[in-house]
Amino acid sequence: MIYFDNSATTKPDPSVLESFLQISQKYYGNPSSVHRFGLEAETLLRKAHEQAAEILRVTSSEIIFTSGGTEGNNTAIKGIALAHQNRGNHIITTQIEHPSVLEACHSLETLGFDVTYLPVNEHGTVDVKDVKQALTDKTILVSIMHINNELGSIQPIEAIGQLIKKRPTTYFHVDHVQGFGKQTLPLHDSGIDLCTISGHKIHGLKGTGILYVKKGTTLFSLFHGGNQQGNYRSGTENVAGDVSLVKAMRLIKEQEINSKNHLDELNQLLRELLQEIPEIMINTSPSQAPQILNFSIPGYKPEVIIHALGEREIFISTKSACSSKKPDESAVLHAVGFSQERSKSGLRVSLSYQNTKEEIELFCRSLRKVIQQLSKVMG
Amino acid sequence: MLYDHILIRYGELSLKNKNRKKFIYQLHENVRTKLINYPELKIKNSRDRMTILLNGQDPEPIIEACQTIYGVQSLSLAIKVDNDTEQIKHAALQALKEATDARTFKITTKRADKDFPIGSQEFNHVIGSHLLTNTEDYTVDVHHPDVELHIDIRKQGTYITSTRIKGAGGLPVGSAGKTLLLLSGGLDSPVAGYLMMGRGVKLEAVHFHSPPYTSEAAKQKVLDLADRLTFFGNEIKVHIVPFTALQQKIHREIPYGYSMTVMRRMMLKISEKIAAKENILSLTTGESLGQVASQTMESMHAINEVTNYPLLRPLVSMDKEAIIRISQQIDTYDISTRPYEDCCTVFVPNAPKTKPKLDKVKYFEGLMDVEGDITDIMNDIETITFPLKQEKDTFADLF
Repeated sequence: MIYFDNSATTKPDPSVLESFLQISQKYYGNPSSVHRFGLEAETLLRKAHEQAAEILRVTSSEIIFTSGGTEGNNTAIKGIALAHQNRGNHIITTQIEHPSVLEACHSLETLGFDVTYLPVNEHGTVDVKDVKQALTDKTILVSIMHINNELGSIQPIEAIGQLIKKRPTTYFHVDHVQGFGKQTLPLHDSGIDLCTISGHKIHGLKGTGILYVKKGTTLFSLFHGGNQQGNYRSGTENVAGDVSLVKAMRLIKEQEINSKNHLDELNQLLRELLQEIPEIMINTSPSQAPQILNFSIPGYKPEVIIHALGEREIFISTKSACSSKKPDESAVLHAVGFSQERSKSGLRVSLSYQNTKEEIELFCRSLRKVIQQLSKVMG
Repeated sequence: MLYDHILIRYGELSLKNKNRKKFIYQLHENVRTKLINYPELKIKNSRDRMTILLNGQDPEPIIEACQTIYGVQSLSLAIKVDNDTEQIKHAALQALKEATDARTFKITTKRADKDFPIGSQEFNHVIGSHLLTNTEDYTVDVHHPDVELHIDIRKQGTYITSTRIKGAGGLPVGSAGKTLLLLSGGLDSPVAGYLMMGRGVKLEAVHFHSPPYTSEAAKQKVLDLADRLTFFGNEIKVHIVPFTALQQKIHREIPYGYSMTVMRRMMLKISEKIAAKENILSLTTGESLGQVASQTMESMHAINEVTNYPLLRPLVSMDKEAIIRISQQIDTYDISTRPYEDCCTVFVPNAPKTKPKLDKVKYFEGLMDVEGDITDIMNDIETITFPLKQEKDTFADLF
């Protein structure tokens, strides 16, 4: 089997799973309980906070454990909007965000918020100047992803952060779900107030994640209850999940350091081999994130390609389900300005550190065969 | 990276003539302990400063670590070159370009090596004009320069530095003896300990533990506080005193309004015994005048009477906000505010006497026989040394 759908989800690391299992069996106490057994769970939770903070180079009170990317994005966006609506009702985001950002923004529009959806250029990146121009006195939040999940385009987060840093009443949220462990994003002194990370994209478990909330940032909480996690998110903490997440974070950070060029090499090989197939148009510009490569085979329904590859035990994906008005067109590819034909036939290969050059070669050979077969059928 | 050295300037210790050697030795020890994980560094002492040769290490984490060490007045990144005008010119130009935000500069030359042929005033002009001819946009401002380049010409070479980073000041921990800190788990006592360390004092700590009235979590809090305080000094021994039996006895035998006063006296009595055993010459508390019933002038008088040891109260005149501010700076705030009962809050009567009379205290106390209890307590004290030498971290594999 060749698994090239790592931006959808990743295979849990066995040692991460082992931590989850051990803690679930041995330390299942409630961290809020006052007895010794609860204290052990609380110690684990505290260490998880500390380790996450160390990896992200922030302080441990700035870490909120969540159930993943969708919760992190919703908590950040709705949390800022509802807590700061007296300062303004304007939000800036982009046309290529993940649905958990776009839909959260749409829901706020129904409550009277005003949202600007910035366009992107031909590389799929937003222009800092556009952000600057869109800012008004009423702008309370800017939410921009780091790495686009469909295209792999890298957004100029550092420059936007420096811009927003100068504005005391505008918060900056970054959806870092696709970037963490692959492209470093410094948080300290970056202008970033909120940052979403998801566990299952980094060989952690589903239902785990982190929202970084910079000290002093007030959020309207989405979950009210027992005031866990500094009142930001009530609900008994998922100690086993949280510890397993910080272990996954540690492991992927080690890989990021040790196999720095591996993804670049895979990406380069993949590009070269795909370019040899005449039917293929590569959608991801070079020098974007190496783990994601999007391409189109105009005239071929992407689902058909996916199923044909699936029969050969090769798993890639098509566009993510999204909010495009045209149901079979990728909103992201459309926003980049590709033709309808091209936007409709997008396919995505997304890599992890575990993938190999041999897999890339086998995939490209298989893809060539699949296209040949289908062209006969269709011809 | 252009800079290859870090200069550490000593604080008050350059004033203390006789003891200077001892202070410098202690500071050197403390710096070395702090930087133990950087074996590449070369740390050298001289009479009025310490130099750290970076050997290619990233200076930022090292500066950060050294900033918290007591006895360090200020730090600077430095370039070291030979006492050669051309080399100095070149390095000064590099240093100026490194300060990208600056538009105006000033040169200050100190010529400790009198063999160097050019006088310091003249040398300022030599370097200044070199910088002006080789850059654009920079001007000299001798009153309010954006950047001040120091050129320090010494026998062993010339150091060029620009920005000065503030250190923790104070005296190196360990240069002024030891005190026994009464560590409760609240906000005040860790701050008191921290301030004492700033006077060069090494800490040991005593904690009164009354299970089951106080929880394991409350004890852990104290241990975590002690562990945190080691960050600013060296190791800290924590003596955990099993206090339950004696506390129950006080509760039973002393009239309600006086039980708190007597309890405090017993704490000091036991602390004094520990201090004597450990060769410690003073006790330190986090008391601040007027905060609570035990901290009125009358209470202090009645409680203090039980010991002849100096009872140091570095927070005595500080208000709560200032104390909280320091606890936030030193990262003990989040530990102290964990929501557990500390040993001071259980057993406290609803209306303790704010003006206890010493003769009454002594009368009631005299009716109670505590010698046996104290002997038992002294035998059962648990002592833990931080930082834990070999942390038996049962959780390590899980992370």
